[in-house]
Amino acid sequence: MSRYSAFSLLRGAFNGQSHWKPAWRHPDPKPHYDIIIIGGGGHGLATAYYLAKVHGLRNIAVLEKGWIGGGNTGRNTTIVRSNYRQDALHNFFEFGLKLWHGLSDDLNYNVMFSPRGALTLGHSDADMVTLAQRGDAMRCDGIDAELLTRDQVAKLEPLLDMSRTARFPIEGGLIQRRGGSARHDAVAWGYARGADSLGVDIIQKCEVTGFVRDGDAIVGVETTRGRIGAGRVGICVAGHSGHVAGLAGLRLPIESQTLQAMVTEGVKPMINTVIMTQALHCYISQSDKGGIVFGGDPDNWPSYAQRGNPMIMENAVAQGLALVPALSRLRMLRTWSGVTDMSFDGSPIIGETPLPNLYLNGGWCYGGFKATPASGWTYAHTLATGKPHPLNAPFSLDRFERGATIDETGSGPMPSSR
Amino acid sequence: MTAPRRAAKAATLNFTFDGKAYRAVPGETLAAALLANGVKLVGRSFKYHRPRGIMTAGVEEPNALVTVGEGGRREPNTRATDVFVYDGLVARSQNRWPSLRFDFGSVFGLFSKALPAGFYYKTFFGSAKRWMIYEYFIRKAAGLGNAPTEADPDRFSHRAAFCDVLIVGGGPAGLQAAVEEAEAGKRVILVEQDAILGASLIRDPQTLDAGWVEATAARIRKAGGRILTRTSASGYWEHDLVTLTQLCVEPGQTAENRLAQRLWRVRAGRVILATGSIERPIAFANNDRPGIMLSQAVRTYIRRFGVVPGQRAIIATNNDDAYDTADALIAAGANVVAVLDARETASGRAAHAQAAGMTVHLGAVPKAAKGGRQGVTGLVASVAGATQSWAVDLIAVSGGFTPVVHLHQQAGGTLNWVEEAQAFVPGSSRQNVTTIGGAAKPEAVGVMRPISQPKKSFIDFQNDVTLADVDLAWAEGYRSVEHLKRYTTLGMATDQGKLGNMAALGRLAEQQGVSIPEAGLTTFRPPYTPVSMGLIAGPGAPHGGAHIRRLALYDLHAAKAPIWQPLGYWFRPRAYPQAGETLATAALREARAVRTSVGMTDVSTLAKFEITGPDAAAFLEIICATSVAKLAIGRGRYTFMLREDGLAFDDGTVWRLDENRYLLTSSTGGADRMATHISYVRQYLCPHLRVSAVNVQEHYAGIAIAGPRAKQVVEGLIGQDVPRHMSAIAASIHGLPVHVLAASYSGERAFEVYCSASEAPSIWAACEAAVLAQGGCLYGLEAMEFLRIEKGHLVVGGEIDGRLSPYDLGLEKMLNKAGGFIGAAGLGRPALRGKGRRQLVGLEAIEGNIPEGAMLLSAPNAAPQGHVSAAAFRVLEGGSIALGQLINGFDRHGEEMIAASPTRGQSARVRVTHPHFYDLAGERYRD
Amino acid sequence: MMQIACPHCGSRAQQEFMYERTVDSVVPLDAPTDKAMAALFTRTNPRGPDDEIWRHTYGCRAWMVVTRHRVTHEITAVRAVGPEVLP
Repeated sequence: MSRYSAFSLLRGAFNGQSHWKPAWRHPDPKPHYDIIIIGGGGHGLATAYYLAKVHGLRNIAVLEKGWIGGGNTGRNTTIVRSNYRQDALHNFFEFGLKLWHGLSDDLNYNVMFSPRGALTLGHSDADMVTLAQRGDAMRCDGIDAELLTRDQVAKLEPLLDMSRTARFPIEGGLIQRRGGSARHDAVAWGYARGADSLGVDIIQKCEVTGFVRDGDAIVGVETTRGRIGAGRVGICVAGHSGHVAGLAGLRLPIESQTLQAMVTEGVKPMINTVIMTQALHCYISQSDKGGIVFGGDPDNWPSYAQRGNPMIMENAVAQGLALVPALSRLRMLRTWSGVTDMSFDGSPIIGETPLPNLYLNGGWCYGGFKATPASGWTYAHTLATGKPHPLNAPFSLDRFERGATIDETGSGPMPSSR
Repeated sequence: MTAPRRAAKAATLNFTFDGKAYRAVPGETLAAALLANGVKLVGRSFKYHRPRGIMTAGVEEPNALVTVGEGGRREPNTRATDVFVYDGLVARSQNRWPSLRFDFGSVFGLFSKALPAGFYYKTFFGSAKRWMIYEYFIRKAAGLGNAPTEADPDRFSHRAAFCDVLIVGGGPAGLQAAVEEAEAGKRVILVEQDAILGASLIRDPQTLDAGWVEATAARIRKAGGRILTRTSASGYWEHDLVTLTQLCVEPGQTAENRLAQRLWRVRAGRVILATGSIERPIAFANNDRPGIMLSQAVRTYIRRFGVVPGQRAIIATNNDDAYDTADALIAAGANVVAVLDARETASGRAAHAQAAGMTVHLGAVPKAAKGGRQGVTGLVASVAGATQSWAVDLIAVSGGFTPVVHLHQQAGGTLNWVEEAQAFVPGSSRQNVTTIGGAAKPEAVGVMRPISQPKKSFIDFQNDVTLADVDLAWAEGYRSVEHLKRYTTLGMATDQGKLGNMAALGRLAEQQGVSIPEAGLTTFRPPYTPVSMGLIAGPGAPHGGAHIRRLALYDLHAAKAPIWQPLGYWFRPRAYPQAGETLATAALREARAVRTSVGMTDVSTLAKFEITGPDAAAFLEIICATSVAKLAIGRGRYTFMLREDGLAFDDGTVWRLDENRYLLTSSTGGADRMATHISYVRQYLCPHLRVSAVNVQEHYAGIAIAGPRAKQVVEGLIGQDVPRHMSAIAASIHGLPVHVLAASYSGERAFEVYCSASEAPSIWAACEAAVLAQGGCLYGLEAMEFLRIEKGHLVVGGEIDGRLSPYDLGLEKMLNKAGGFIGAAGLGRPALRGKGRRQLVGLEAIEGNIPEGAMLLSAPNAAPQGHVSAAAFRVLEGGSIALGQLINGFDRHGEEMIAASPTRGQSARVRVTHPHFYDLAGERYRD
Repeated sequence: MMQIACPHCGSRAQQEFMYERTVDSVVPLDAPTDKAMAALFTRTNPRGPDDEIWRHTYGCRAWMVVTRHRVTHEITAVRAVGPEVLP
């Protein structure tokens, strides 16, 4: 792997940037791997990277039906944070947030992680208590969180409508200063380059069409590029979890829904943090290119269509404009959608399945991007050892039937009510 | 054919660009007016801040972006080619400092060799904090225009429409289709993004002319068709829904009636796309200089606007169409030094031009433009292997035509590759859409491969993506078209790749050694052209799409100037402070009045359902987790409801008003959820039950009267005996019928008076007079919270947080032993019975005041074992108390803990107790 | 935004409707814990047609079963359910 640095770029200025090598190879599949990861998104590639780097395994393949990073990795609003109320969640995401802070250096690939602050607005005293409770839960577990007054919020985000007569008057906020955003594609590419350099085979345009079984146990996969044997197989396909698990005869606590997001034309800096709110389902940030990135509710009905819906969009934009009226004359440039794997308590699933050698990483709902490093790290541990890492142990597949759900919003098992 | 020249005296509109005053002719785009006034340099590119002029005459313009308008109407990134000048238009260039001519940012261009595609992935390492320092400067340099800083003074409206046929595109094909459909009796809507119909007929006069356009439009209207100009079909959604964005005034312009734009949602029976095509530029070095313009745009400026963009022109093409541009230039008096035709053999059109005396070079491909920010001065080209150069001030380019297939693709349609046109055209579609005209049949072209060095050969102009960047992406392994796009930012500028995508695809296919269709295509996503956020939000913007519901008693509360509390879509009085009182002191006074005399409060927002019919009790035993069947007529009881997973999600009271008639109340915040739940259970799960379940939430207003003197108050009001605790009677107040339910949330003897919402104000007034006469007062939500916490009553969203089971909440004894209720099966899950569950506890301060929401720790810095869900003070004695959830809390009464709130710097020492602090025996409910 | 043919009101915009759940995730009232939890917590989640329960919430408020393709969103059948259509 050729190192990336300012010096190497300068060198390129004199050779027409002709010295760069491919960031990853394009190998043909081998007949057998110790571990096969299905899904070349951020999570799958991170898993492969940590399997190689942390666990020293080399005979690993990532199978991707399209092009790496082409699913939800490339279709999200790039928010990174660990500001959850439930301890299982904030401890997991905080482990990830720590990895985020050193990720560019670790991968020698600038993922542009920018801890510009994840700000959650409160619109009433009751909201402020709820935010304080969340902040207190985080602080007691050593995670940064800070309550902000109205004035502090106004200073941080001068374009927020701070009037008392606003529909959602702003009483204050909770900020996680170490949270922020990152460049989504770079995360997939950085992990891919890192994994490839450690010997992982990243095989694109290779769709899994079935599982090879020996009794109950999974011993390989059928793909569009032939049968490939495997010691262990990890599913890591986000919105398509139900489909791929279905190939092994499993029914999951997952329903796929469409989540859309949008971006405006680029403008000079106007939004400084990642703005979220306690009362609304709308989140706003500004990308390094200047576009205002917007997200809202998922479409509350099952769908595999990577296609938006004007009524959800109108709602999210109306909410955003109620908070930041100065966005009115910006123009929405592009909308896109991802297929989200909505689990039935809002929390992910990482761990064993009822079938020997088959593991599942999914159910990320609309919050998977920020989890990429922690998900990869703990899933790698699970795949390498056959046992969950303490951080992902609570996120087992059987927690639903046992009654040990981890429900951050308390809204229950129906994804449509989340 | 000669075109009329722009008459300077017709220029009656005043506008400014970068502070300098100019004049424009009505009907002129800003781009045309700038060209007419000799302005060539209009903008700066995104990355290298290269000087840019006007390249197109349409919505695909990548370079000439300006900010128009002022204050809250300021619109950054407005295409100068897509705004018609109005009197007083103020336009400013963007992305430059200190001025357009001398832009400091252009130093990035000097380092462009070291700043290839994706350079930022390879440098700026170090901590995240360090990246933020670099990022600060990168962000400042990025972006284009400046957003407004104030609210929008104008309105944006939404409108729905239905039609049999929607035709997109008001060119000759669209007009013809529209008139045929309309005269065949179809309901027709025709939309055109330009200000006029049939503009291409002005650019390219055929047998059809402006007269035909006018006559056809008149026929369409006469047949009942609707024509919308300045209206763009921005999105094609499912089930043939098309959104239209209509500009009622130009960007930045003040609207007479304050209506800036209108969004149409059109549900069409059928959609006809007559969207035409967009001309492609040609890749050669410095192909982005001001004075390099698409060939058809040159014709548009000459023939539509009477503006000749250059006097000494050269034309580079791979098709016949550009020869018309040569004709137009010559007719306008300009000199065409040569036509460079990339095709090796002369087409009929080329031969005809040669015969007419035009200099035509076959097999000729441009290599590099000369000139700087004030425009091109020359062109170097390869002509049959030899290099030639010309001195020119205008280069008209035509690399072929890209059909506008965006809407077709948004509709889920497939695309077919047409080799002779080197273009994708619409294929099949699963929606009811067809494409006609130039978008379906683009002009034939010759294949044109750039032969020059790929550096500074721009393919995405705005984002400064060059052929060299495409090559680099390939070399580095970014080989799928999506990787190419994302790595180089190709197609991600405000023109969304309308100009450059095909050139990049061609290069990628060449690299892969495959054909263009094999190389793939990125997806066109809505909108076709960018849409104002204000328009998307529409009338929903000020209230975020969430209207406030008004209480039936709103006016009476407002007259008292209470402190309001937002609660879902309600605002409810939180306290009624008297002069000099704060929220805290007012709430305490109100709560004390309830404990010592009497208080009244508005509980109208509670969810209320009337359940009637022979199977009403059976139905309620499905909804409620408590037993209902044995309830006597006129009696009520506390109840709670479980989700199917066995966890509690709401609570309330159930009253048997008559043999087969019940009233069920539940929480305000959960009202909609409960309404859906009850409807689902009744309609879907239990269709056989003989029961009717009606949501009467807003039919009845409710007034709670609580306190030791509540009995006297209510007796006086209804003129009869009051019901005993948890009993209900029908009565009347001033002749108006009411239900009086003796229920208590406060812990005092209390009554809820329910009446018709329309009669609520007079009943409230009567109650208020009676309460005041007894020395009582009104109380709000804050006092209610104090009272209920002290009494240990639960609140939905606080203790009932959707994560606890009835076991955890201490409600196990109340569960219906017979089962059969929703959630009974879920309660059988083993982990709900396991150790380590959070359980409801009371907390009493030993030292300090308990912060609401605080974490419960067994020692400083220990991991939290629970939290404070609600905190208050004992109403009469004082002393901080709270309710909380604690792991294994039932077994820990008496234990000392710390309630810590690090975010607020507060903590208290607390003792875990039973969650009832007041009148555990219920003595106060007795008369 | 889809267009759904309400069996009672005719063809209406999706805005008037709310999705409830799939037919196969209905928890029968008398189901034992394991069966009830399997219905509640697992799905086939097909990349194809499925039967879904929708409600015309902002219209006639009636419930219906909609057969809808999860990728194309094509609706091939809508059938009324509830007391009114009992045999």
